Amino acid sequence: MAENSTVVAAGRPADERLQKQSGLRKLLSRPELGAIAGTVLVFLFFGATAHGTGMFAADGIMNWITVTAQLTIIATGAALLMVGGEFDLSVGSMIGFAGMMIAIPTVYFGWPVWASVVFAFCGALLIGFLNGLIVVRTRLPSFIVTLASLYILRGMTIALSILFANRTIVSGVKNFAGDSIVVPLFSGKAFQGLFVWMANAGIIGKLPNGQPSVQGIPAVVIWAFVIALIGHIVLTRTRFGNWIFGAGGDANAARNVGVPVARVKITLFMVTAFCATVYATCQVMEFGSAAADRGVLKEFEAIIAAVIGGCLLTGGYGSVVGAFFGALIFGVVQMGILFTGAPNDWFQVFLGLMLLTAVLFNSYIRRRATGER
Amino acid sequence: MSEATNPSAATPLIEVRDLVKHFGPVVALNGVSMKVRPGEVLCLLGDNGAGKSTLIKTLSGVHKPTSGTFLVDGRPVSFSTPRDALDAGIATVYQDLAMVPLTSIARNFFMGREPMRGVGPFKFLDLAFAERVAREEMKKIGIDVRDPSQAVGTLSGGERQCVAIARAVYFGAKVLILDEPTSALGVAQTSMVLKYVHQVRARGLGVIFITHNVRHAYAVGNTFTVLNRGRTLGTYEKAAIGIEELQNLMAGDKELQLLSDDLGGMV
Ligand SMILES: Nc1ncnc2c1ncn2[C@@H]1O[C@H](COP(=O)(O)OP(=O)(O)O)[C@@H](O)[C@H]1O
Ligand SMILES: [Mg+2]
Repeated sequence: MAENSTVVAAGRPADERLQKQSGLRKLLSRPELGAIAGTVLVFLFFGATAHGTGMFAADGIMNWITVTAQLTIIATGAALLMVGGEFDLSVGSMIGFAGMMIAIPTVYFGWPVWASVVFAFCGALLIGFLNGLIVVRTRLPSFIVTLASLYILRGMTIALSILFANRTIVSGVKNFAGDSIVVPLFSGKAFQGLFVWMANAGIIGKLPNGQPSVQGIPAVVIWAFVIALIGHIVLTRTRFGNWIFGAGGDANAARNVGVPVARVKITLFMVTAFCATVYATCQVMEFGSAAADRGVLKEFEAIIAAVIGGCLLTGGYGSVVGAFFGALIFGVVQMGILFTGAPNDWFQVFLGLMLLTAVLFNSYIRRRATGER
Repeated sequence: MSEATNPSAATPLIEVRDLVKHFGPVVALNGVSMKVRPGEVLCLLGDNGAGKSTLIKTLSGVHKPTSGTFLVDGRPVSFSTPRDALDAGIATVYQDLAMVPLTSIARNFFMGREPMRGVGPFKFLDLAFAERVAREEMKKIGIDVRDPSQAVGTLSGGERQCVAIARAVYFGAKVLILDEPTSALGVAQTSMVLKYVHQVRARGLGVIFITHNVRHAYAVGNTFTVLNRGRTLGTYEKAAIGIEELQNLMAGDKELQLLSDDLGGMV
């Protein structure tokens, strides 16, 4: 303050300060910068070490793209919510519970599968709404509120599974699904013709049976793309997105200028629940079952991807693009370790270090962006 | 001591009479009366706990008065949210709660009133417009923002206050309520804000300026209303009262004055 008083004469701009910083700062203040740099490093590393392991052949690529896509779906929700100043630790449990909401009515109540899926989405949105409502009404940290949801939902998932199936997995969804539109919508493969053509043209490999090594783009990848794209546009280009920044950056200031902070936050909790349900539906349709342990620890993976992508734990800053790159780093490293045959235990070590680096980097960027105030 | 009633003046922008506000058993306001006219800076003075914040929160729609008359442009009003007050042209700039520090100047400027372009459901933020207007409006008050996409946190405290005021003026505020806008600022920053308050007044807005600092008040104020224990102690035109006298009134008793004398006029 004292230093500024001497620099800034009354009513006079301090432009000499702004001038020299704006170029570099503009670049540095992009939240996704660190994640993009990390992505480049990770690709360089595995480009060298996983060379010739098939990681960068068509099926290998589709492998880590699929892992990335799954995480991108829930990381988008987590990133939007984090920018809005809150956490949702119940994402992983929501995945498990949403799976049960699809499988149990389909297998045990004889509902058509589409009805079960609609039911699961409605149920998830309601749970997200309740999470949000409790957070904004009680003003308790969302960390605690959603930690409670984490246990409640996981407990209900296990209990319901045992109650109906007498074990922790409800299988046989495929038998009841038949040729419902829901199956290809969540577990189909798109652009199959293109991949056949590419295989015939020798661009990608063929399996011994003559099929292309990759049959198409998995539905989960398309879902991830659409969700991340919409999330990005909403955050950066819409009024609601501006409110997300306001609600997370300083809820009081935002409220004072008329931003409906409570509504914004509740909506964001519903978005994370929605994303978890998309994830769950893709899994149920692919495996034909719902299991009580689906989604365990996914909430942390989603938050890690968002943080690596530049989201501040304190809210008000971050991006969906960054969260996507965070998920990409995650997918590439996880699969890269598998392809190179490095012991899988190292993945967690790497993840922890990556997270620590990202958080340190973010807090540095934040201080830069706000002029060390 | 003359009561601040100038018969020739226009209808007050805001007038309250015998405003009472209870918080359960706590009587925060116990019959406050004041008014502010176009082109007037009303300074609201009073010790801690006098009820200044409660009064302005009532004016800005945060609290509902327990009883009393609240007129805007001569018509009785009842606000249930800050948004209602904003829509009635009453804008409040809170000391620390005006800006979202990590968000850009342009986005902050239009927070809650985002400019949109596009058709039907495909309406998107018009960021180019927001940045242009933010830069122009800041330029008008002598702050040259090269890059309106930079975070508000990079501005100094005085500049931030000025952005908040400029925003309120841009969106057509008729009354500007400033809650201790200078209390966290250094000397140069303070004079920057005071100068801007003076400009705003000259444009015909009414300003309610809350401060602890009698000198800041005296520098920009036309009228001074002193609150004490939830009551109006009195309202004084600038011509009718000196800075010393105002200081004594605000202290509420003679002790501070005695102390001040002991310390050679330091307080
Ligand atoms: N929300 C509230 N609940 C209970 N008491 C309050 C509340 N707000 C203010 N008060 C009380 O009202 C009185 C006036 O406070 P305030 O308006 O903040 O005074 P000032 O801003 O002049 O320092 C104080 O005694 C304070 O404790
Ligand atoms: Mg106060």
